[in-house]
Amino acid sequence: MDREFTCIVCPKGCHITAHEDGTITGYTCLRGLNYVKQELVDPRRTLTSTVKVDNGQLRVCPVKSQDTLPKDRVFDVVAEIDKMSIKAPVHIGDVVIENVLGLGVNIIATKNIGAK
Amino acid sequence: MIYRDLVIIGGGSAGLAAAVSAYDNGVKSILLLEKSPELGGILNQCIHNGFGLHRFKEELTGPEYAARYIKEFRARNIEAMNETQVLKLHEDLTVDVMSSKLGLETIQAKAVVLAMGCNERTGGQISIPGDRPKGVYTAGLAQKHLNIDGYLVGKRVYILGSGDIGLIMARRMTLEGAKVLGVSELMPYSNGLNRNIVQCLKDFDIPLRLHNTVTKIIGKPNLTAIEISDVDDNLRPIKGTEQIIECDTLLLSVGLYPINTIFTEGAHGKLYAKTKGAFVDQNLETSIPGVFSAGNVLHVHDLVDFVSMEGEIAGKNAANLILNGRKDVKKVVEVTESNNVGYVLPNIINVTEATDSVEFSFRVRKPMKRGEIIIRDGDTVVKSIKAMDLLPSEMKKVTLKTNDFESYNHLFVEVKEL
Amino acid sequence: MEKLYDSIIIGGGVIGCAVARYLSRYNGSFLVLEKHNDVGDETSSANSAIVHSGYDPKPGTKKAIFNVKGNKMMPQVAEELDVPFIKNGSLTVSFSDEEDETLKELMERAKENGVRAELIEHDELLKMEPNLNPEAHKAILCPDAGVISPFNLCVNFMENAMDNGVELRLNSKVEKVEHDGDIFRVTLESGEAFEAKTVVNAAGLYSDEIAAQLDDINYHVVPRKGEYYVLDHFNENWVKHTLFMCPTKVGKGVLVSPTSSLDYIVGPTNEEASKTDTSTEASVLAELKATAAKLVPQIPYFENIRQFSGVRANSSVGDFVIEESKKNPGMFNLACIMSPGLASSPAIGEYVADLVKDKLHLEVNPNFNPRIRKHIRFTKLDRDEYNKIVKENPKYGKVICRCETVTEGEIVDAIHRNCGARTVKGVKKRLRPGFGKCQGTFCQNDVIKILARELNVSPDEINYSDLNTQIMKYDVKGGN
Repeated sequence: MDREFTCIVCPKGCHITAHEDGTITGYTCLRGLNYVKQELVDPRRTLTSTVKVDNGQLRVCPVKSQDTLPKDRVFDVVAEIDKMSIKAPVHIGDVVIENVLGLGVNIIATKNIGAK
Repeated sequence: MIYRDLVIIGGGSAGLAAAVSAYDNGVKSILLLEKSPELGGILNQCIHNGFGLHRFKEELTGPEYAARYIKEFRARNIEAMNETQVLKLHEDLTVDVMSSKLGLETIQAKAVVLAMGCNERTGGQISIPGDRPKGVYTAGLAQKHLNIDGYLVGKRVYILGSGDIGLIMARRMTLEGAKVLGVSELMPYSNGLNRNIVQCLKDFDIPLRLHNTVTKIIGKPNLTAIEISDVDDNLRPIKGTEQIIECDTLLLSVGLYPINTIFTEGAHGKLYAKTKGAFVDQNLETSIPGVFSAGNVLHVHDLVDFVSMEGEIAGKNAANLILNGRKDVKKVVEVTESNNVGYVLPNIINVTEATDSVEFSFRVRKPMKRGEIIIRDGDTVVKSIKAMDLLPSEMKKVTLKTNDFESYNHLFVEVKEL
Repeated sequence: MEKLYDSIIIGGGVIGCAVARYLSRYNGSFLVLEKHNDVGDETSSANSAIVHSGYDPKPGTKKAIFNVKGNKMMPQVAEELDVPFIKNGSLTVSFSDEEDETLKELMERAKENGVRAELIEHDELLKMEPNLNPEAHKAILCPDAGVISPFNLCVNFMENAMDNGVELRLNSKVEKVEHDGDIFRVTLESGEAFEAKTVVNAAGLYSDEIAAQLDDINYHVVPRKGEYYVLDHFNENWVKHTLFMCPTKVGKGVLVSPTSSLDYIVGPTNEEASKTDTSTEASVLAELKATAAKLVPQIPYFENIRQFSGVRANSSVGDFVIEESKKNPGMFNLACIMSPGLASSPAIGEYVADLVKDKLHLEVNPNFNPRIRKHIRFTKLDRDEYNKIVKENPKYGKVICRCETVTEGEIVDAIHRNCGARTVKGVKKRLRPGFGKCQGTFCQNDVIKILARELNVSPDEINYSDLNTQIMKYDVKGGN
């Protein structure tokens, strides 16, 4: 059976079809093609969330997964992030959790936050 | 009185870009006024990724995108006053402000860039009938409570409107432990980006109901339920299709509109009814000479990259005016939206000897698989290009390059469905 | 043992608060019991907010007497209590020959009631109100009519009462009133009880139910719902006077008026409803639009920022009930205070306070201060004066609400006054952040954090209005 995808790589949102015979059509760039190839075998997502900051000018700091995570592990990673807190000052790119849950991906800060 | 060549109102993506661009174009006496403690505007609460693909050729989160511009801004030592509220803009380009540092003060500028962004439409504005309990929020407000402070406003959530902020919040609240019960969209098509329908709704099996709306808000003092109904082709609720959904939160993602109070109430600036933003020429100069407008305060954008680009244009043109004065206008060409186009900017072209290219921004009124974008002068087609997948949720741009703008009388921008 | 109050006032609406304020002119112990988490949360904050001149109630009725008196008192009350009040005058407009006749009768009534009124002819009328329907015939101008902030009137009555020693208990719903000998016993839903020598029943929509606990009453409250549109302050001069339709056999019609904060209000409708039904309905609002268009044809509903409805305590006997119970002397029933209740409130408050004073032979409170501490607002001061204040307290320079330009200094002050703001709605009612165009979208988060900081609690404990209405409800970033 053919599978239909809406590409999430960029705001264009191309409609891409993965045909039963293995061919893929409808993509307009290589990243779209790769997205669907990945989606067929191991769907992955970038996660963004926030983490508690101690002694910071803001109460929480936005974070993201440095690379994509297995889609079905995203909730586990959020739970992991919600359990912890980091100390201000925070800088963009600071590693908040290294190799989260052994998934080979770091959680990093996406905002600079000064100490109180 | 404080004197500065250029005053920029708003330190979000449009204002920051305008400041940097004006500076690079030679104006050094710049003052940026920002009401919040930090620069970056609404990007600070948009912690999701997807920003910057056009501008930086990579995918950034909102705060990361803001940080890039803040860095550029700081590198130039441009002056910013945070926690400063503009109370009034006058036609003589004086700006009344209030802050803890200055108290009440007036700034005299040679040019002003408006970059105040937009408001979310509220439940009151769209007149949802029923009670007025706690538990009804604009999506952006719930986003602020969650992303800036770490508090979830509810656990059983329904969303009205498929605008991007609503979709993004559906995912965000789901990830933080809320159950998002569904999204209703009045129109027969989604107003959000396709990618957000996929990664924010489909990924979490959140139903999207098209041609459906919230017809009643129930609960006192807390929201306990909503009633949703299908709507007919005139967007009127259909009797008999009502469905009650128990929830503690209703998020509204029902549109944005420019915040032009300062522009209209103080300076009596002219607005364009279709956008609720300023009426501008190709330099993004408004009906008040010396006042420019850019970003979401001019018209609501879907991509921040375009907001920044517009800020840059306004900054550059403001600098140009300050440094080189005004060029003689040889002719004023009106620009008007026509078939299948909701709005088009600029509203007029003030043709000078330097006018050789004009970029038009517009939105289509309905989704079209294939269409032909046409610019015509009266009935004469000046330019036409074919385009695929035209959506009301995506702003389109088309540039007209010619040295003969003077020959036009009244340009129309339209889209023919193919 | 338990304290014996001189008087317990049941209900912290505008009538209860007014009575409390005027009672505080006398030495005694007074307690106000309010079931909600703030004063004035029901009818008192959902009405037309008009200080009627008093030209139209039937001469000799309590409505006529207290309205006219209240209207005369209001400018001074507003000044003493620092309540936003504009004496904008009202115009009652006729659209037919028949209505012209009614206007004549109303002119007579105005005269009998002692209210200034003047007949305005068509041309002058349209000069005064260019946006009025040009088919208007003429109008009665009552220059003494005004618009007031009903929120601030109620809150500031109470603040002033508390400044002068009155006690207020919020979240105290009265369940039972008993009379035993010379003592009244008032029991709350929670079981807690208070005793007093007199009781003032100012329970608004529920005043008949409270009265009926002790007396056989021959009146009852008829709840009538009124729905409204509120438009933003988009243009100062769109409509200047309060525009009324000429009353007909069918009803009083609707009004279009500026408010004391220069927004505009369109309404009310008049529907049967339960006492608790403050919902709005699409069909009713559509009808309201159609009716209002007769008065002002071009109403810019795209400036609409909110709809609301309030339930008025109309009277089965057509007039206010303001009387001491014959069976239970010392019990004062203030029931069926319908429109023009807001305008009448100071007069009713003064009158009833004096009844209590006479009953208990209370002495004058020599320390009574009729004024509350003035609010510091930049629009009321000149620049140098204001900047001096900002220098001393920089919070007065920090704008929190940009739609209504409200500073952090004002919010902090409103929290720490007597009858201070405890909730998001409480701040909104006192200072207007959240009433503007963005409806709190930009400032609610800041308002909650200021409340939490000043009240020394966590943001997740701050309620929107009543108890258990927290907004930042779930702290999902507890950390370790």
